[in-house]
Amino acid sequence: MTAEVNDVAIRAQGLSKSFGAVQAVRAAEFTVSRGEIFGLVGPDGAGKTTIMRMLAGVLRPDAGGILVDGVDVGAEAERAKLRLSYMPQRFGLYEDLTVAENIFFYGELFSVPRKERLARSTELLDAAGMSPFRRRLAGQLSGGMKQKLGLVCALIHTPQVLLLDEPTTGVDPVSRRDFWAILYNLRESGVTILLSTAYMDEAERCSRLALLHGGQIRYCDTPARLKQAMPGALFAIASPTPRALRTAVAGQPGVLGVLLMGDRVHVRVDDPARRLPELRDLLAGLGVPDGAILATEPGIEDVFVALLGQEAPT
Amino acid sequence: MFERLSVMLMKEFLELRRDRWAMFRLIAPLLIQMLVFGYAATFTVHHVATAILDLDQSQASRSLVSHFVATSRFDVVDVAKNQADITRDIEEDKAVIAIVIHAGFARDLENGRSAPLQVIVDGTNSNTALIALGYISQIVAQFSADQASRAFSPRVGTVPPEIGISLQTRPWFNEGLDDRWFFIPGVIGTLTLLQVVSLTAFAIVREREVGTLEQIMVSPIRPFEFILGKTVPFFLIGLGDIALVSTFGILWFHVPFIGSAWVMLLGASLFLLAALGMGLLLSTFSRTQQQAFALNFFFVNPFFILSGFAFPIAAMPKLLQWFTLVNPLRYFLVVIRAVFLKGVGIAVLWPQLAALAVLALAMLTLSVLRFRKSLD
Ligand SMILES: Nc1ncnc2c1ncn2[C@@H]1O[C@H](COP(=O)(O)OP(=O)(O)OP(=O)(O)O)[C@@H](O)[C@H]1O
Ligand SMILES: [Mg+2]
Repeated sequence: MTAEVNDVAIRAQGLSKSFGAVQAVRAAEFTVSRGEIFGLVGPDGAGKTTIMRMLAGVLRPDAGGILVDGVDVGAEAERAKLRLSYMPQRFGLYEDLTVAENIFFYGELFSVPRKERLARSTELLDAAGMSPFRRRLAGQLSGGMKQKLGLVCALIHTPQVLLLDEPTTGVDPVSRRDFWAILYNLRESGVTILLSTAYMDEAERCSRLALLHGGQIRYCDTPARLKQAMPGALFAIASPTPRALRTAVAGQPGVLGVLLMGDRVHVRVDDPARRLPELRDLLAGLGVPDGAILATEPGIEDVFVALLGQEAPT
Repeated sequence: MFERLSVMLMKEFLELRRDRWAMFRLIAPLLIQMLVFGYAATFTVHHVATAILDLDQSQASRSLVSHFVATSRFDVVDVAKNQADITRDIEEDKAVIAIVIHAGFARDLENGRSAPLQVIVDGTNSNTALIALGYISQIVAQFSADQASRAFSPRVGTVPPEIGISLQTRPWFNEGLDDRWFFIPGVIGTLTLLQVVSLTAFAIVREREVGTLEQIMVSPIRPFEFILGKTVPFFLIGLGDIALVSTFGILWFHVPFIGSAWVMLLGASLFLLAALGMGLLLSTFSRTQQQAFALNFFFVNPFFILSGFAFPIAAMPKLLQWFTLVNPLRYFLVVIRAVFLKGVGIAVLWPQLAALAVLALAMLTLSVLRFRKSLD
């Protein structure tokens, strides 16, 4: 029992929240183990932000219970806040304060002792590659640096649980890689991370994913098992005119779904052995060579679309 | 708790200091409005364009005319020859007021009968007209007093002081007092209310709008610590405003300050707390600064009109009179005017001070409760 409780970083049970007539979250249940990077994925308005705000203790659920690091968030929000950290979807630091001032401010709010604050902020700023920008106003930072500063401020009180709402949206690929490097380091040191993301490559990096739709958690598993759960098999077809190809393939017998992936089209079929020759015939008529059709492993985006039955938000 | 509050305050003042125009925005509008109000908001009327038709042409009638010529309140723009001239003067806006002395004016005076004097007023500007009428009655009263003293003693008497015989045509106007003196203290209270309410409301709504409120609420800070951190600076700014504008009024407009600065400080503090409560309350009803702006406009105007600043509360319909009971400006205006002009202290002003304290407590409590709710 004790062992189990100690291993659980976040437990949400029957979590529900409505805004007027909109049921933003319906009976969400999940458990995140210590040291996990847990991903929330779902289209716009699926309820990702609402779940995170409830976990962070800034939004009161209509029903359900939340345990963060063993603390009941509903009953002891103040105590829970010391153990977790939440970075909202929207940049929430003071733009007319400098990097160092923002860090100082959040350090003080969390009553981090001065010495510890200085050591920690130096370490975090170095890790984020932001040491040269201490005196810059937060409002003058680039998008990626703003997010890193948000992360530094969120980590100043050494939380056990980190909640990040789309932390890399609008951030360039290089900064995103830096950002993830920091996240991996944090996980090494035992921090549990729950994040939402609109990027499928990021979803792939999570230890487990919850696929959210219409306020409900539809699936929750590791990326690998989610892929296994995907019904059917996948072919990738390279084509100079992928859009025309998609139109041609969609609606053919046995075709469960067609997804545009850059210059390829991913075609999901019910029975690959039977459908491959059919596809070849169809494509020959369109002038696509046999060699362009390859069986392929599904990416998380394919799974997402297959399971939730709709386009992924990219 | 104190370290969270103090870091919150530190942050507020840092932001204020970063804002290069803050000082200008805080002070310039106040001083400019003070000047505008000081010069424009007055019931005293000078140089009213006047036409005079003297059909009597007696010594008495000429003496009356000279009374009008002598005062700067009236400018005699036309000495008319006949009734038609008068009509034309008024219609063509050459004159706002026409005075007609009918034939037989002197005779009636001699005989001790009441001598009619016709005054024609351009009613399109009823304010000026009313005030001018008041002056006319004063002048006429003065004139008849002169005549009377002449009748009783053959010598030409000294001119008695004007105030003694003025007619009460404007009961709200403190006769004999420069009405600027009456206005300036009122302006101080009104401007401070406007500034403090809007600053507080905007500052909090801004944090909500740009998303910093969401981020800060994830920290262990408690709502009332946040609120204190947001309001204490505006309390100090409000006190500074009142001190600055008062000094300005005293030095520039020579408004006397007879009372005690301590009573003023007490009244101002309670008033500011109520104003902060109002601003906070407004902020809980607005999601965006734009909404706050509209609300501010919607609420502050009635508070201003229903304060007794310009329009006497006793003359309002009962319903509006009741509303003024929850208007902090109403009480503060009494306090500030009394402290400035009458020099009375707590012994007299305690009902107003108590009302301000109750209002401040009520508004702050209400707004803190609502603020907690509005966080979701
Ligand atoms: N404060 C609120 N008031 C009213 N409705 C809200 C509020 N917050 C969220 N909603 C609604 O709840 C639903 C879920 O919103 P939520 O922000 O949780 O979605 P999300 O998954 O984070 O979407 P996105 O990817 O766009 O950030 C939406 O329909 C949204 O309109
Ligand atoms: Mg969201």
